[in-house]
Amino acid sequence: MGTTDTTASGRSFGKGLGFRKSLMTLAASVMLATSAQAATPGTAEVNTTGLAVTDDTVTVGILHSITGTMAISEIGSVQAEKLAIKQINASGGVLGRQIEFVQEDGASDWPTFAEKSRKLLRQDNVAAIFGAWTSASRKAILPVIEQYNGMLYYPTFYEGLEQSPNVVYTGQEATQQILAGIDWAVETKAAKTFYLLGSDYIWPRTSNKIARKHINKLGLNVVGEEYYPLGHTQFNSVINKIKLKKPDVIFASVVGGSNVAFYKQMKAAGVDFTDEKPLLLTISVTEDEIRGIGGENVEGIYASMKYFQSLDNPNNKEFVAAFKEAYGDDMVIGDVTQAAYLGPWLWKAAVEKAGSFDIDKIREVFAGIEFTRAPEGYVRIHENHHLWSKTRIGQAQSDGQYKVVYETEELMEPDPFPEGYQ
Amino acid sequence: MKSLSPLKWFASREGLYYLALVLLLVAVLPLVLGPFRLNMVGKYLTYAFVAIGLVMCWGKAGILSLGQGVFFGLGGYSMAMFLKLEASSPEATAIQSTPGIPDFMDWNQRTELPWFWEPFNSFSFTVIAIVGVPVLLAFIIGFAMFTRRVGGVYFAIITQAIAAILTILIIGQQGYTGGVNGITDLQTLMGWDIRSDASKNTLYFVTVGLLFLCLFVARMVQNRKLGRILVAMNAQETRVRFSGYDVAAFKIFVFCLAAAFAGIGGAMFTLIVGFMSPSFIGIVASIEMVIFCALGGRLSILGAVYGALLVNAAKSGFSETFPELWPFAMGALFIGVVLAFPNGLAGLYQNYVMPLEDRLFKRSKPELKTAAEPVATRPSAEKADNYDPMTNTCSPEKS
Amino acid sequence: MFDGYTSSELMSIFAMQGFAGLSLFSVFVLMALGLAIIFGQMGVINMAHGEFMILGAYTTYLTSGFFQLYLPGLFGGYFFVAMILAFLICSALGALVEWLMIRHLYHRPLDTLLATWGLSLIMQQAYRSIFGAREVGVDLPEWMMGAFSVTDLVELPINGLFVMIIALSTAVAVYLLMYRSGYGKKVRAVVQNRPMAEAVGVNSAGIDRATFALGSGIAGIAGAAFTMIGSTGPSSGQAYIVDTFLVVVFGGAQSLIGTIVSAFGISQAQSTMEFFLSGSMAKVLTLLVVVGILMLRPEGLMALKVRR
Repeated sequence: MGTTDTTASGRSFGKGLGFRKSLMTLAASVMLATSAQAATPGTAEVNTTGLAVTDDTVTVGILHSITGTMAISEIGSVQAEKLAIKQINASGGVLGRQIEFVQEDGASDWPTFAEKSRKLLRQDNVAAIFGAWTSASRKAILPVIEQYNGMLYYPTFYEGLEQSPNVVYTGQEATQQILAGIDWAVETKAAKTFYLLGSDYIWPRTSNKIARKHINKLGLNVVGEEYYPLGHTQFNSVINKIKLKKPDVIFASVVGGSNVAFYKQMKAAGVDFTDEKPLLLTISVTEDEIRGIGGENVEGIYASMKYFQSLDNPNNKEFVAAFKEAYGDDMVIGDVTQAAYLGPWLWKAAVEKAGSFDIDKIREVFAGIEFTRAPEGYVRIHENHHLWSKTRIGQAQSDGQYKVVYETEELMEPDPFPEGYQ
Repeated sequence: MKSLSPLKWFASREGLYYLALVLLLVAVLPLVLGPFRLNMVGKYLTYAFVAIGLVMCWGKAGILSLGQGVFFGLGGYSMAMFLKLEASSPEATAIQSTPGIPDFMDWNQRTELPWFWEPFNSFSFTVIAIVGVPVLLAFIIGFAMFTRRVGGVYFAIITQAIAAILTILIIGQQGYTGGVNGITDLQTLMGWDIRSDASKNTLYFVTVGLLFLCLFVARMVQNRKLGRILVAMNAQETRVRFSGYDVAAFKIFVFCLAAAFAGIGGAMFTLIVGFMSPSFIGIVASIEMVIFCALGGRLSILGAVYGALLVNAAKSGFSETFPELWPFAMGALFIGVVLAFPNGLAGLYQNYVMPLEDRLFKRSKPELKTAAEPVATRPSAEKADNYDPMTNTCSPEKS
Repeated sequence: MFDGYTSSELMSIFAMQGFAGLSLFSVFVLMALGLAIIFGQMGVINMAHGEFMILGAYTTYLTSGFFQLYLPGLFGGYFFVAMILAFLICSALGALVEWLMIRHLYHRPLDTLLATWGLSLIMQQAYRSIFGAREVGVDLPEWMMGAFSVTDLVELPINGLFVMIIALSTAVAVYLLMYRSGYGKKVRAVVQNRPMAEAVGVNSAGIDRATFALGSGIAGIAGAAFTMIGSTGPSSGQAYIVDTFLVVVFGGAQSLIGTIVSAFGISQAQSTMEFFLSGSMAKVLTLLVVVGILMLRPEGLMALKVRR
């Protein structure tokens, strides 16, 4: 996007709401990072690889589960991505082109994800795919997207151990969440002993592995480590074990329906999290999950993530307002939803920096791309395609929101293959 | 069954049905569909293997297994393990702390290949395992259950529990199995890239070829005395036993046969889709496989192929256009098939299209009715003396 | 593994663990009772049993919402209303399903499995369309949360006790109904010999419908009770289905007492193993043992001696 174009869009949108003004500022900030180019460059110039780009439009794909068991989790991401696209279009689009999207349903079924990503890349020739939620679905998409050289913007915090040239990871990888969380618990709460608990699949197991190494490095103790099958609903035994071991911190990465059962049963077993005896630190319960668990059941637990809906900064206030305006006042926004929202914006920034929609050209310019208007504050793309971001600790309130109690001073460096933690 | 010369057989009604299926799969679909859709059809066909097996063991012999996903998965995992080992050469995995083992093992601090992975370095062992492992498990389950005369509903529920056990086990032992993500990022089969369009095309035709091989075996079993005993067993197990047949042995055989088919289907599935994960083993996947068979017609092996194709095509089509409506449609399909057309498409065809054909072509009633085996069982007969709702599936036709 | 604990600590843990086993037991009993009637007595493999339970849970959710809005003063007691409503709504739906679908399938038990699986898909999607794909949080009255402290370590969750009481009273009610009432006599007569029962004037179609409705209604009560300890979402019901069927089959399908005994056995085994092993392995081992025993003793623990 060039200087003249920005002023033009500034003129046409300048009289709009404050929200639009901020978008304009955003456009300007993106512009700072880019060299001046022609107003709306010709299609042949910006698209040499046959992507679905016309003189006025560019097509992207959204690929999440809107049916099946994962729909619960993925709907927020779809909403955020659509909102970002709408806002980008309102601010003039990408390289002067309005974004159109093709939405496909992964149906909580991993081959379907592979199939649909192939369709998006081969039939629709999309310029980017925003999608996937579980690691399994990402792993299913990965070979396809590498084969056809697409670009996936993946929103979920995940276990790391991956660094594909064809994926941008807009959520945190495990070390970003965990190290900051444990350090905080040790420094401010003087935690000495930890109990690791998770659902039985790759993300909790990898996370707990990293947590255990880190705890041991600090010279402290892990007194228990436990996994339950996905969907498990009886946690009385582990609650007893926890009572027996009396850890200072329960480090929990339980997901899905099990969460509801776990926290309700903890509460029923007489554990009051506000007492912080033991303190519960989770990396899996976002505001979205609290809606299903019930605020009163998790009041007092701490979560270690990069985003909370209650973050107090102007970007976030605008984002929350826009999200509620689009989808209703009772919406809550969790960490992943915000990360999904970053996807289209980062893509736009990269395209404009590269001056092209071509995947190969975008890939070259990723490192160092900033997004100053991110609801979480500020993010920057690392050369390993993950984001530099701050990690925050929030304490759950009875109304289902987190109160931010701590924030890392520096941006955490993403490290998907952490030395010494494997 | 009278034996016909091959030429005459192809001119017979049954032969024409097979010819039509060959034409559809070998000529029509590859010509009409692009490589992307054709690959999807290939995937659907891998489910048809399971459906054919289910026709044999459920439709014919009355053994409903809700655990066919287990055998499908075992075949698929065998193939995936071979491919994964090939993809994990020391050079390709040089960045790992232990090069030469699959990436997920490295992430889980395994430093050497587990013993049960070792044999999967050999392709010939893998091919044997694809059929052998499912058959072995089927034999153990079948032997334990059928010799004790466990049948019907109990069998269905126990196989379902086995599917649940295997899923939890695979997910829990991720250092050995890849966990919930499954075994992913499979690239080559003995140096041959399985991901290119050309190879996907080849895989499709290999699948079609294997499918007809399985159809041939199934047809052979069904048309021999063996097949008749299976049907008889379904209708009147006690009488077959009193006639001196070892009912358990027949049941074990047909269950193993179905497992072998499912294993082959699973292996082709892995090749076509490019990965294998526990979600194809579980209860939901296994029950869906039963519906492919039920829709096509539980008594017709050809119907099973069409059933697998149609349900999956409908699933893709529906979920592309009306994702919200798909579960409703699928649910209605289950109920509708069971209530209104217990013999599925094949039954409909037999009841409505066949008479029409007869009139059109002025054929005399042909002696071949194998495409949809005529209903030989009468539930009412057994109701009178020893009807047992727990152990028997009865003939679906009411009227 | 017991090093470093005082004997009183150990005693408390054993007490707590025993209680954990008992509360798992009552969960199993509640899950399985409805199915024991539908599957054990009628031979219908109701794969939608979990969805009926979730219907009960959603009923509770709606009732709690209603009380919060219109009768906040009575909120403490809403749960009893919710349970009754859950029973009524689920049994009404059960009767409808029986009339539309099940009654055509009594002579084809395996087909009931497919048809009810279809039903479960439809019910799940209906929940998704009506209540949204997310899980809903059911608010509990204050008195149901928290625990009795018996000693410092031994704390008994109130909602666990409450689930236990519901399970026990439901079991007793079902027992009385099935074995001490005229209706129960008719049900058993129809199960054992339908033509004979009809010959002596039992309206077998009516009995079937009432029995199916009763089983569905109990599933509704179970669902209402589980809002206290589990999650309520469109597909939450699926989590229960394998366990439920195994409990019923393991007990010997036609025996209600067998269901209770088997629920006790499985729950104690699972909760003991959970204490010593990781949760996943405990689950696998429990299932394996149950399947193994069923292979050796296919008729289940308490088989009804019927001449075959």
